[in-house]
Amino acid sequence: MQIFHRSANSISRVSIVAGVLLAGAIVALAYTLDRGSYTTDVNVVKAQPVPFSHKHHVLDDGIDCRYCHTSVETSASAGIPATEICMSCHSQIWTNAEILEPVRESFRSGKSLEWTRVHDLPDFVYFNHSIHLNKGIGCSTCHGPVDQMPLMYKQNTLYMDWCINCHRQPEKYIRPRSEVFNMAYEPPRDQLALGKKLVAEYHVQKLTDCATCHR
Amino acid sequence: MNDNKLKDVQEHAHGDSLIKITSKPSGAADHPVSRRSNVNLEVLRERLEKSKGPLYWKSLEELAETPEFKAFVEDEFPERTPDWLDPVNRRTLLKVMASSMALAGLAACTKQPKELIVPYVRQPEDFVPGNPIFYATAMPSPGGAVGLLVESHLGRPTKVEGNPDHPGSLGSTDIWAQASVLDLWDPDRSQVVMRYGDISSWGTFDGALAAAKEESSEDGGAGIAILSRPVVSLTLAAQVEAVKKALPNVSFHQWDPAGRHNVNEGTRLAFGAYANPVYDLTKADVIVSLDSDFLVSGGGHVRYAREYADARRVRTNITAEPASKADRQEGFQTGPAAPFRNQASEHVEHDDSPSPKNVVQAKAEGKPLEETTQNRLYVIEPAYSPTGASADHHFRVRASEVEGFARDLAAAVGVPGISGTGSPHHAIAAIAADLKAHRGKCVVIVGEFQPPVVHALGYAINEALGNRNETISFTQPLEAFPVDEVQSIRDLTASMNAGKVKTLLILGGNPVYDAPADLNFGEALKKVKTRIHLTAYNNETSIVCQWQLPEAHFLETWGDTRAYDGTVTVQQPLIAPLYGGKTAIEILAALAGNAGKSAHDLVKEYWTARLGENNFEKTWQIALHDGIIEGRLAPINVSVKPPAAAPSAVGQGREIIFRPDASVLDGSFANNGWLQELPKPTTKLTWDNVVWMCPSDAQQLGVQNEDLVAVNFQGRSVEGPVWIAPGHAANSISVQLGYGRTAGGRIASGIGYNAYKLRTSDALYHGTGVEIRKIGKRYPLADTQLQHSMEERAPIRVATIEEYKKDPYYVGSREGAEASSTSLYPDYKYEGYKWGMSIDLNVCIGCNACNIACQAENNISVVGKEETAKGRQMQWIRIDRYYAGNNLDDPELLFQPVTCMMCEDAPCELVCPVAATVHSGDGLNQMVYNRCVGTRYCSNNCPYKVRRFNFLLYADWYTKSLEGLRNPDVTVRSRGVMEKCSYCVQRISSAKILSERENRRIRDGEIIPACAQACPTKAIVFGDINDPNSEVAKLKRQVRNYGLLEDLNTRPRTTYLGRLRNPNPDLEGQKG
Repeated sequence: MQIFHRSANSISRVSIVAGVLLAGAIVALAYTLDRGSYTTDVNVVKAQPVPFSHKHHVLDDGIDCRYCHTSVETSASAGIPATEICMSCHSQIWTNAEILEPVRESFRSGKSLEWTRVHDLPDFVYFNHSIHLNKGIGCSTCHGPVDQMPLMYKQNTLYMDWCINCHRQPEKYIRPRSEVFNMAYEPPRDQLALGKKLVAEYHVQKLTDCATCHR
Repeated sequence: MNDNKLKDVQEHAHGDSLIKITSKPSGAADHPVSRRSNVNLEVLRERLEKSKGPLYWKSLEELAETPEFKAFVEDEFPERTPDWLDPVNRRTLLKVMASSMALAGLAACTKQPKELIVPYVRQPEDFVPGNPIFYATAMPSPGGAVGLLVESHLGRPTKVEGNPDHPGSLGSTDIWAQASVLDLWDPDRSQVVMRYGDISSWGTFDGALAAAKEESSEDGGAGIAILSRPVVSLTLAAQVEAVKKALPNVSFHQWDPAGRHNVNEGTRLAFGAYANPVYDLTKADVIVSLDSDFLVSGGGHVRYAREYADARRVRTNITAEPASKADRQEGFQTGPAAPFRNQASEHVEHDDSPSPKNVVQAKAEGKPLEETTQNRLYVIEPAYSPTGASADHHFRVRASEVEGFARDLAAAVGVPGISGTGSPHHAIAAIAADLKAHRGKCVVIVGEFQPPVVHALGYAINEALGNRNETISFTQPLEAFPVDEVQSIRDLTASMNAGKVKTLLILGGNPVYDAPADLNFGEALKKVKTRIHLTAYNNETSIVCQWQLPEAHFLETWGDTRAYDGTVTVQQPLIAPLYGGKTAIEILAALAGNAGKSAHDLVKEYWTARLGENNFEKTWQIALHDGIIEGRLAPINVSVKPPAAAPSAVGQGREIIFRPDASVLDGSFANNGWLQELPKPTTKLTWDNVVWMCPSDAQQLGVQNEDLVAVNFQGRSVEGPVWIAPGHAANSISVQLGYGRTAGGRIASGIGYNAYKLRTSDALYHGTGVEIRKIGKRYPLADTQLQHSMEERAPIRVATIEEYKKDPYYVGSREGAEASSTSLYPDYKYEGYKWGMSIDLNVCIGCNACNIACQAENNISVVGKEETAKGRQMQWIRIDRYYAGNNLDDPELLFQPVTCMMCEDAPCELVCPVAATVHSGDGLNQMVYNRCVGTRYCSNNCPYKVRRFNFLLYADWYTKSLEGLRNPDVTVRSRGVMEKCSYCVQRISSAKILSERENRRIRDGEIIPACAQACPTKAIVFGDINDPNSEVAKLKRQVRNYGLLEDLNTRPRTTYLGRLRNPNPDLEGQKG
């Protein structure tokens, strides 16, 4: 006895193909969403109280990273400059600029500026700036060409696979300690050879233990 | 949906909920019903007496093999109580399942929420985000302050450590210091100035105080009375003097419900003047404690615990045998790829082949075996204290008979003018002989809850033995105005009743709750016109006062305080008062006419006057930095006169003993969740006070654990649950103060019963003639000792020192245990560090400091009584208590702290389906919270039962003030996640980062886990076992080293050093 009409064959074939395609599409969509700027915030500029330009301060004025991010060599946190640090220059220059009013207001009132975090690690990740610098990982390796950014955005996803990529093969990214703050640093052609040498010299360990970052 | 259908559904749901109600677990909060099985004590006693050899038992339930105990051994969480509050039927279950399936993946796809960075406007010097700063301060306490270094993260005090330079601390702390930081952030604290229940202000109060002063200025302040805790602070004393100068007729009273007034009165009885006894236990070979818990409470205890332990620590130069084991003793080979050459390898002959002969066996360090010595501790007490558990000889004597014991001892050592009771305790002769053999090198310590006459006897015994200025010395009292406190509060009550007091200023404390019941303080207080209470919590006393003033916590205000030996520390604040609280110093200054001066100014003013203005600022800065401004008090000369010859009469009938609770003390720590959930050292009970009695008394009264009894004493009565405590004196019961609160915070109120209701001024600490009546109800208690049960036959190894000398391997690893540790896989080579821990059971006193330090360091949640009863407490360390011996009424008591063993071959790691618990390259058994999906297989497979699961969202994510408390270096865990001891991996990380930055290896002792840091006896040692010169490696080479359950081949990284006892040969085997 024939239960299904003959056309059921075609329908079933089409639906199998369509089902596979749909599943694929869902996976692709999920991947795109997960890796796309919508979720990762990569290349997304965030609204800040003052449109601070790293490009202007670093590239044009030549101010060192550490002038503002004072604890980057000694602490887990690089440190966000206190209003006082801004005012150490801006009490002398651009003293009337409209754009800097929030900074002056903060200094007058004693109320902090509230910046929106751009590089935001999840709370269960414990990152330490000081040790990365000490082992020859440059600012730009993670933060990208900050000196080219008029407004700050995230260059990398800061996803775990991105972190672990370097923790497994630090020789690919390491640079001489003297070049850590050099924004214009270009890795040499023989990066791997230099990297292996530096890894040995700086006692860099391939720290892939979970507790290195999670605790 | 039509009406009929709706009705159907409703009926259906109703029907379901009916079933739900009838099948509702009976342990729910509204109907507390005990489900503990009864234990036949007679059968137990017989069973114990028949058994031979060392026998360890954790509880009566274990001994009786009750169904509950078996359930806990077989299944970690036998009670599968549903946690849903709503009735779950098939329909809702399917809905929940479907939605959780659908949402399972989506949960991971959330966008990170926007986060703000709020930098300083003007960043304070030395403030570096991410690096904590430590400030020296001290925690005031009646018997002597403990000097502290408090960790501050950008101005938030998060953790308390001991100040190594402070004589009362030596770097260690006690449970109250550790828990004090939770008190600071407690959301239940008194937060505003209240007047008649309305919010008021300090300004209004200052006006009111000035008015009260004005009103009584004609008669010199005769209408004003002040009630304070005993004044130890020097600046506060100066303010009291100033008040007396301004208003000479102000009456000043002091009361501490469970303080040191017996010690003070004892010195007055013995010397005719108040003095402060200071012991030096480093010189004491024989210590006799007459009802003194000097290791764990009573002032100076942190120091005394260290001194006691140092005289007890044993290290012998015998290496751990056999040779094959030494090889496995984690060969200290370093691989060619090691980032740093191991210091060890530099002077150890070594090639890379693992052949045993190439591994040089490092010698154990220590004294030759035959020179091994230990001090000897006798404890005579009515109920087991941690000090009693540490004793070589523990004699249970009713509290009221300790005086007789002391008299007999005094007579036996030859104190002139003292005759014994005529029927001395059987141990007196031997103890007296031992004391006399150690003249000048022994000490008798009398507990602060024994009456003054026993103290006087104690001082006379010490004098007769030539101990003065050797093991005991005396200084001026710590208190600025020592006084008979009972008389003091009695006088105050009398003048209140007589209507003489118009204004009463109560500075801290809680007299309505804790004053002797016969004084009826609460009623008398109502006769006072203006009642002012400076208080940390709105408690029983504040409720009946018109003015409630928030008291500043010691971590948020200035002050000064003395240690047990008189050393003065300036108490330095870590944070501005969270709720604008003030201190007694400021209130009294206002009364003296200095309103508006801050505590800082007053303290500094006092010290400028005391030390002179010359170079003061420098002295001040150094004092703040070091935590000490003035050294110890000089010893004074005293002439000891023995007390009257006539002994006090001992009443007949059953005795009742009042003692501050082991955790919440007199009730002042009752709102502290950490302390409430801390298992009390000897009973392992949490969240309640009980009526302790020994098994024979329980049998006589026909009561079981958790039976509610009415306790009648001198016409007053309270109801409390029974707890059978083997080792308690017979014909005697103990009740604990500090519970049964009706106010004072959400945690404090409504738990336990109020033993103060029975306590009268003539029987403050014990009395006879108590009647116990079973009332036929039961009350469930949450004890933790049944839970997390291991099946180990000899978890604790004990030997006497003589046995040890005969066979040093007796307490260490049993032969053959290591032989089974063969594996098909090659050993992992640890090329850098290899962390390990050693716990010396010989000096562990079971004080719980490690437990609560761990809780503070690692953001461990409090779960509450009901969850605790289900075995779900979260503390990462548990201190197992074992009874030993075959006398049910009078067993020995032993402690064993159990942390994660960091097994080399960890059973937990093998069973985790998501690799959420894995081994690290330095040998840590890591727990990765963000990977954990909560299968609990690991916990199931852990033979040590050290893993803790967040069954519910235990961490308080919503109370704002608790956010300030948290250690920012440790994740706050969520529901459904397993956690466990991490060896304080955050401390390892920060030490590692620091050492790498400085291009060196981590030094031995640079990493101290929270437990080891808090430990008063330094029983816990942590370090790199790859370095043979590290402290921990040396300890692990000691012959007493053994692993728990080592025949399971888990190869634990945490190992124990067996316990050694030093009994008096003349008394061996005698108890009673």
